[in-house]
Amino acid sequence: MTPEMSAPVAPMGAPHPDNSGLFRYTVSLADDALISAQRMGEWIASAPQLEEDVALGNIALDLLGQARSLLSYAGQVEESSGGQASTAARDEDALAYFRDEREFLNVQLVERPYGHRGGDFAATVARLLILSTYQMELYARLRTSTDATLSAIAAKAMKEVDYHRDHATMWVLRLGDGTGESRRKMQAGLDAEWAYHHELFENSHIDPALLEAGVAVDPGLLRGPWEERVCDVLAEATLTIPDVRCAVTGGRRGIHTEQMGYLLAEMQHLARSHPGATW
Amino acid sequence: MVRVSTGSTTGPESTTGPTAETVWDIAAAVLDPEVPVLTIEDLGILRDVGQDSDGCVHVQITPTYSGCPAMDAIRDDIIRAFADQGYDHVRVGFVLSPAWSTDWMSDEGKRKLQEYGIAPPLPRVTDPSTLRQAQDTAGAGHGGVVSLSLSVRCTLCGSPDTRELSRFGSTACKALWVCNDCREPFDYFKAI
Repeated sequence: MTPEMSAPVAPMGAPHPDNSGLFRYTVSLADDALISAQRMGEWIASAPQLEEDVALGNIALDLLGQARSLLSYAGQVEESSGGQASTAARDEDALAYFRDEREFLNVQLVERPYGHRGGDFAATVARLLILSTYQMELYARLRTSTDATLSAIAAKAMKEVDYHRDHATMWVLRLGDGTGESRRKMQAGLDAEWAYHHELFENSHIDPALLEAGVAVDPGLLRGPWEERVCDVLAEATLTIPDVRCAVTGGRRGIHTEQMGYLLAEMQHLARSHPGATW
Repeated sequence: MVRVSTGSTTGPESTTGPTAETVWDIAAAVLDPEVPVLTIEDLGILRDVGQDSDGCVHVQITPTYSGCPAMDAIRDDIIRAFADQGYDHVRVGFVLSPAWSTDWMSDEGKRKLQEYGIAPPLPRVTDPSTLRQAQDTAGAGHGGVVSLSLSVRCTLCGSPDTRELSRFGSTACKALWVCNDCREPFDYFKAI
């Protein structure tokens, strides 16, 4: 009845023998977005200019939206595989607000405060460049996932993270190729974030069967195109590719930095204090 | 909870005939809460409306942006619109595929946007960076050639001499522009 009726795709939640791998993979994608959004939201009302309050708020909102779609799907996957058998299926809120720190699978890159004392704008845009370039490469490939829901979410998210990357690039160029002071701060912010970028390309948390079936994207394959794009921006911004020691990470295994606990406390406090509250 | 669906047609069979048209029209008349001159049909986010054999109406909508906070309000407005017409059983589902783009917006919708004071989205080009470069050139205003076909026109004075003030605006779907002629700022509906 409608010409623009969406093309039929495989029904969601098609039975898998064991969906725990798909659940963990989906949660890892969701948590990168969710924790980024929560951290980025700290800028609202304290960014260097009003337009930036709005920009970072909007970017955080996009990421939150992606996280909601992914967490909702993770809940469906868990339900269909008989996980959490004796309890009710977990929805997006249950997964966001009632998981403990060790159950979060985001990279440590996104949970840390911006800079040593937080509030470092240069570190913020450096991280956004690192993350959005990675997400762009990831979603561009996940778009053709054999999992229809992941594919649909990726196709949507790709347009959004492309815009984020554009915004980050604009700032890195402006600050890097700016005054001596702005360049020094931009380089310092980049160096601080760079130590954590390699975790994005780890793949040990992904069930090999998902890669084989074309459901998941191997993050290791993203490193080459990622480096090319990021290094192009850094070169144009007259910045030096950081030569820093890689931080010890473990986010994909649920091992987080000290700051993660504080972030979760703020994010989860209301929902845990008043379960089921609505407004 | 948002139940994410991929646009599969596993739902009930859509009916055809006068009833189908009626239910489509009821849903299609619902206004977007952020831009209340546009209907959700104008915006291109209404994907399907049907009624199953039990009389339950099923509506499928798609978000403009993943994080669009208006989706819940739109769902409630759709349910209310049907209730006003005597339909008590309405289910609204969200579909993500195919992903919405500004190409789904109707010409009528673009005209209404312009009248409302929001510059409508430019046609999308295959490579978004091409358009951005063209916009940068047009917006730089250093006496260079201004590409009229790609410029965003001021919604107040109609001048094509405009520039982007902020890539992000009051809602996820808009950017903030300013007119170099009349100096007034205005919203631009981002082309995605």
